[in-house]
Amino acid sequence: MKDRAAVAGIGTTEFAKSIDRSERVLALEAIAAALDDAGLTPGDVDGMSCYSMETTEEIDIARNMGFGDVTYFGKVPYGGGAGCGVVGQAAMAVATGQCNVAVAWRSRKRGAAASRPWAGVAQRVGGDQQRWSRPWGLLRPVDEIALLTRRYMHDFGATRDHLANVALAARRHANRNPAAVMGAKPMDRADYMAARWISEPLCLFDNCLETDGACAVVITSTERARDLAQPPAILHAWAQSLPTQHQTMTNYFCDDPLRGPAWACAEKLWSLADAGPDDIDVAQLYDAFSPLVLLSLEGYGFCERGEAGPFTDDGGIELGGRLPVNTSGGGMSEAYLHGFNLIIEAVRQVRGTSTNQVDGAELSLCTSGEGVPTGALLFRADR
Amino acid sequence: MIEGLLLPQLDECSAPFFEYAERGELRVQRCDGCGLRRMPPRPMCPSCGSFDSSWEAMSGDGTVWSVAIPHPPLLPAYSAMAPYNVVVVALDDDPGIRLVGNVVAGPDADLDSVDPHSLQIGALVRVVFPPAVDDGNGPIVLPRWVLRDVRSGAPPSG
Repeated sequence: MKDRAAVAGIGTTEFAKSIDRSERVLALEAIAAALDDAGLTPGDVDGMSCYSMETTEEIDIARNMGFGDVTYFGKVPYGGGAGCGVVGQAAMAVATGQCNVAVAWRSRKRGAAASRPWAGVAQRVGGDQQRWSRPWGLLRPVDEIALLTRRYMHDFGATRDHLANVALAARRHANRNPAAVMGAKPMDRADYMAARWISEPLCLFDNCLETDGACAVVITSTERARDLAQPPAILHAWAQSLPTQHQTMTNYFCDDPLRGPAWACAEKLWSLADAGPDDIDVAQLYDAFSPLVLLSLEGYGFCERGEAGPFTDDGGIELGGRLPVNTSGGGMSEAYLHGFNLIIEAVRQVRGTSTNQVDGAELSLCTSGEGVPTGALLFRADR
Repeated sequence: MIEGLLLPQLDECSAPFFEYAERGELRVQRCDGCGLRRMPPRPMCPSCGSFDSSWEAMSGDGTVWSVAIPHPPLLPAYSAMAPYNVVVVALDDDPGIRLVGNVVAGPDADLDSVDPHSLQIGALVRVVFPPAVDDGNGPIVLPRWVLRDVRSGAPPSG
């Protein structure tokens, strides 16, 4: 399906710690904005794709939006690992003729403390992701990733300065993005080092934001997208991976826990693309936690294994650096919507409309969560 | 909000691990077909496809593979002990088998009984079996770990 489908429209709500509208209304607003952006109407939509964790429901979205007969709908599991698969599977449905115009979306309100994971915790925890860890006090996603991070630092000599590089790059990009939650809040290395611990070796600024907001994209054939309102972001290649013997988040049980889903996803992605990591102009790498960016830089082949820390030194992942990463501010400084805002930014980069635009960006990579079954999208500009 | 420690919900695959722990034994599921040990326990061997397995006794010695130190906000029972350590231990009998746990000063000691910052990857540990916790749905023993005295090979007395 190389180059056969494209993102023709993008839409978002505002991003904020607290928005006084429901996830349902936010989803509708973002989808409507994406259709407007594309120059399409709700009656054109016949495909729908979302996260399994999405609380808004296809039939409700379709009835509110005024969609016609929808002939493809699907969901992708594993939270922050889902986003690229949500868009990729919609594109696959377009490329195979199961639908002509698909919308993909994520609406999420997690700014309020009452919406955090404690709300749903029961005394007895089931499922192999949690049963073998939570009783011993490994309660939160940040704790789960802290264990992998400590081992990564031990094995490869990465330091807190390398983690800080990730957080600071995101913040500097966000400071030039008026839509970013942290747009007006500068941060320096001393701020990072002084921040309180959340789960050592990870501090507050190694964590993503908790945000209210929604994002949506419209996917159609590249041929049709060329006749619409925006320059198409052509989906050159995409991939998903659920690697052998993987356990989502608490991935301590396989042979090599630090060789996460990014590696298998990258292998598939590059096998389908007429390009490799050296050809990529800009990347949005899923960043619920700063170490995931380091693991992704290695997994997708931007550097050798264990060398992601030094890769981020000297502005390596900032605009103008070796590989500008998370140019909207990403999950750490723009908004955390399970990585969907990263997809929006990846599209902006090939359109040439980012507030941290990489000059002449032609190949724009976006990845979903590392440490969970994941996906990746490789967009190219239509020129 | 939950006030006590979280406990595992048992199913037919996970229950034997905790039943053995209640008897003071650390056992790991092992395939009857090809001998591959697996963790977490589950119905089918990913190597040979056998549905038959047994529970093999381990020596209880292990090596710390990683350490995290959670700080609040946490559930109340955990917050009261924070910062505490959570470790991943690789079993000396089969380093491919790793278990999440805590290093404590002794079987009856709380999660904060060892200075978490004193723990290093590579620390040698031995399993201990704290008293059972009962939330009204049956007693559960959560195995934890103590630092091994390298010279004598015995757990420290404290």
